[in-house]
Amino acid sequence: MCGIVGLFIKNPELSDSLGDHLTTMLIGMTERGPDSAGIAVYHHERADDTAKLTLFHADTHYRWRELGGDMGEALGVETDVEVKDNHAVVAVFGGDEAGARAWLKATHPEVRVMGYGRTMEVYKDMGKPADVAEKFGVRKMTGTHGIGHTRMATESAVTTEHSHPFTAAADICLVHNGSLASPNRLRKWLERRGMEFETDNDTEVAARYFAFRMGEGATLDEALEAGLKDLDGFYTFCLGTRDGFAVLRDPISCKPAVLAETDDWVAMASEFRSIAHLPGVKNASIWEPAPATLYTWSLEGRA
Amino acid sequence: MSAVDLATSSVRDLNSALHGLAADSNDTSWTIDNPDGAHAIAVGLDAPLEVTINGHVGYYCAGMNKTANVTVNGHTGWGIAENMMSGTVRVTGNASQAAGATGHGGLLVIEGDAGHRCGISMKGIDIVVKGSIGHFGAFMGQAGNLVVAGDVGENLGDSLYEARIYVRGKVASLGADCVEKDMGPEHRATLKDLLARAGVDADPKDFRRYGSARRLYHFNVDHADAY
Amino acid sequence: MTVDPRKLQRSATFPPEVIAEIQRQADQGIYSIRGSGAKRPLPSFDDLVFLGASTSRYPLEGYREACATNVVIGTRFAKKPIELKIPITIAGMSFGALGAHAKEALGLAATAMGTSTTTGDGGMTQEERGSSKTLVYQLLPSRYGMNPDDLRRADAIEVVVGQGAKPGGGGMLLGQKINARVAGMRTLPQGIDQRSACRHPDWTGPDDLTIKIQELREITDWQKPIYIKIGATRVAFDIALCVKAGADAIVLDGMQGGTAATQDVFIEHVGIPTLPAVRAAVEALQDLDMHRKVQLIVSGGIRTGADAAKALALGADAVSIGMAALIALGCNKPVYLEDYHALGTEPGYCHHCHTGRCPVGVTTQFPELEERLVPEQGARWLQNYLTTMVMEVQTLARACGKGHVNNLEPEDMVALTVEAAAMAGVPLAGTKWIPGRM
Repeated sequence: MCGIVGLFIKNPELSDSLGDHLTTMLIGMTERGPDSAGIAVYHHERADDTAKLTLFHADTHYRWRELGGDMGEALGVETDVEVKDNHAVVAVFGGDEAGARAWLKATHPEVRVMGYGRTMEVYKDMGKPADVAEKFGVRKMTGTHGIGHTRMATESAVTTEHSHPFTAAADICLVHNGSLASPNRLRKWLERRGMEFETDNDTEVAARYFAFRMGEGATLDEALEAGLKDLDGFYTFCLGTRDGFAVLRDPISCKPAVLAETDDWVAMASEFRSIAHLPGVKNASIWEPAPATLYTWSLEGRA
Repeated sequence: MSAVDLATSSVRDLNSALHGLAADSNDTSWTIDNPDGAHAIAVGLDAPLEVTINGHVGYYCAGMNKTANVTVNGHTGWGIAENMMSGTVRVTGNASQAAGATGHGGLLVIEGDAGHRCGISMKGIDIVVKGSIGHFGAFMGQAGNLVVAGDVGENLGDSLYEARIYVRGKVASLGADCVEKDMGPEHRATLKDLLARAGVDADPKDFRRYGSARRLYHFNVDHADAY
Repeated sequence: MTVDPRKLQRSATFPPEVIAEIQRQADQGIYSIRGSGAKRPLPSFDDLVFLGASTSRYPLEGYREACATNVVIGTRFAKKPIELKIPITIAGMSFGALGAHAKEALGLAATAMGTSTTTGDGGMTQEERGSSKTLVYQLLPSRYGMNPDDLRRADAIEVVVGQGAKPGGGGMLLGQKINARVAGMRTLPQGIDQRSACRHPDWTGPDDLTIKIQELREITDWQKPIYIKIGATRVAFDIALCVKAGADAIVLDGMQGGTAATQDVFIEHVGIPTLPAVRAAVEALQDLDMHRKVQLIVSGGIRTGADAAKALALGADAVSIGMAALIALGCNKPVYLEDYHALGTEPGYCHHCHTGRCPVGVTTQFPELEERLVPEQGARWLQNYLTTMVMEVQTLARACGKGHVNNLEPEDMVALTVEAAAMAGVPLAGTKWIPGRM
């Protein structure tokens, strides 16, 4: 099925090496997920009223700059485009990411939106984790926190779109190890309530379920608690949020999860070996998250 | 004394070397450094070796152990000492899920906490946990003793056969067909011996005993909801 | 007054059998437990036929022109793959479900034929290891009797995720078959009804199975092939995941696969027939470029050389027989009629393995019944049956011009029904039509 990882930097001096550590953690999960990989990285390098969209098109010669220009014209804002292989990060000054997404949907349906928000960037693709990380230059990325995923496809295809993380809402995305038992019933229920799906992947169902609950006014915590009731199956979820990350396991807890914490960082992984090389790990407190219990870390909680 | 550094050599070479020792070899004392979460370290041992692992291990460390004494100075992943036949495995840190799973014999000591399904399907192994355990401890436990000095999570002893469970701390809930039972002198003696062998300083009088109510041994429609 | 039978109107919804079962449930409050596999009619290999030689294809002469039957299992990772003289193995059946004489007979016959037998949910017996030259050792959710010595003595290891009779169900053995010896091997009290786990205790999911397989390889120094056995459900996904988890070979068991004891509702309503499962599995292997590199062994209602040849033609490397082997040993033979009647059945209908009162001494632990099966005689019967099966396979293969039975291919066959055409992915006879594909 999968390996998942998450890293949250408590000590700002380590922010520069976020990508380096995330890449090492991701590669540690290669045997669990040889088919595809993905990461979401959170950096606050843009002004607060700038939105970022991470976009994907399989053609590495896709005319991203043209798209960025057209988008800016249509929305009446400045945009900036940074291309990374078959992904592009489009910054939208003024922050109208909803308008940008609506424009993309109407005029460029061939482009996939991998992630959006103020700080989050999402990169995912087919291939071995080391190759995917190399392709997008993850090792050099900096930031406050990130989550990642390596995939062994169980029931849906191996494609870029089927890879994790799946974005649930602005700056919120999800990686998943496990298998939901009734994703189809839930997908249809969400579709009847206006949610649109891009894949038949069960993790997308979970992501859109959380998005739906939050769209109804639930906080992230409340959405996750509701998920414990509505999501049938075995799962370990790791969610990235604008300010931190969250970890949740189903009540039966047959899929693995390890948490580790030092003064400098908090890490999560499916297996300890992804955490084994983080700096200071010898003095980390290491524990296994309890079933049906929400664990969250937030930048606001940092010193 | 042999020392192996897993930062520079492979688990496969290590296990191969351990399996390949001649029966009369006096190379019986091994230290393993930098396990870094690797899986299947020191599995299938079949000689009275003394193996010490310094660091945290991954899954199935000391799996199917026979006669060897293995010490992990750190935490373990899933299935520590799974299906152990004899010998001793000691963990100074915490054990993850399925500790001692399906073990037939020997002694597993966990000085920290153990995760869920500790002793699942145990078939004769003795497990002593100084700390607490998670849910479904001794699930379908058939034989052997599970001793927990700390607390126990939900559904202890669910679907229990003849394994015996001794708990000092709180039990969140009992599983299907698991009930508290009287502690007689023979139980206290067994418990005293287990605690002594495990090196856990605790008084048997502070423990309670749990075992199977044996209502699931023959199907009865009135117990259908326990299945 | 006699009843005019022409006036009796049978209900397809509530036929006599269904009425009897509802009323039995009302009496006893327990689901029906029985042995054997799915009994209802299902699309099967019977609905496929071979296109023999014609003006464009030429047959081989019988006897003189060789049609080889050997197959090697476990070439992917193991240092010592299994070499079989015939592409038919004996499936996993437990000591406990079967008596010791039956296990010994299976072993003797398999050794004589150059093929393998497989242990089951009770562990390995001395008799079977002694009588069977090539023995596959199952690792099941229950882990009854599991130990590293037997692991090291085995020739291959089969991780059981599920079986065709009950994909998603665990083993079952009722109290009357748990005698002292069986109880001792399984670490259970004598005479109780065994409850078994349906999931493995120390892994769930293919990502963690990968790690478990590595452990098994480390314990056995990478010598032995590791098979994964699955009941046929989501075959395409499962095959891919078995390959990714590191299997050397995959055993695929369709819903006709037997059991010695399981709920009838499980047997008849869970899992897909062997026919669609085989083609789906082969295509999944081909998609991963693993066909013939990870071997596929197919079981579930294999009865004849024709079934075996058709499974091979669809792309299997070998087949495995369970019930058919027991029938060769005497299961459902019309002898000891009063004992069949005492069970409430007749020879030809008996599926009462779960009772332990097998009239022919195969699935029993009672010594007075077990002695009715003399191991050497049973072995001779099974050997004859296997020899005949192989001859049938060769006959069909030669008719299609093949020098090796594994050279049979899907294009050598057509289907007689639309269902079989769709399931097997071969054209409906006389047409070019494969429903669902073109």
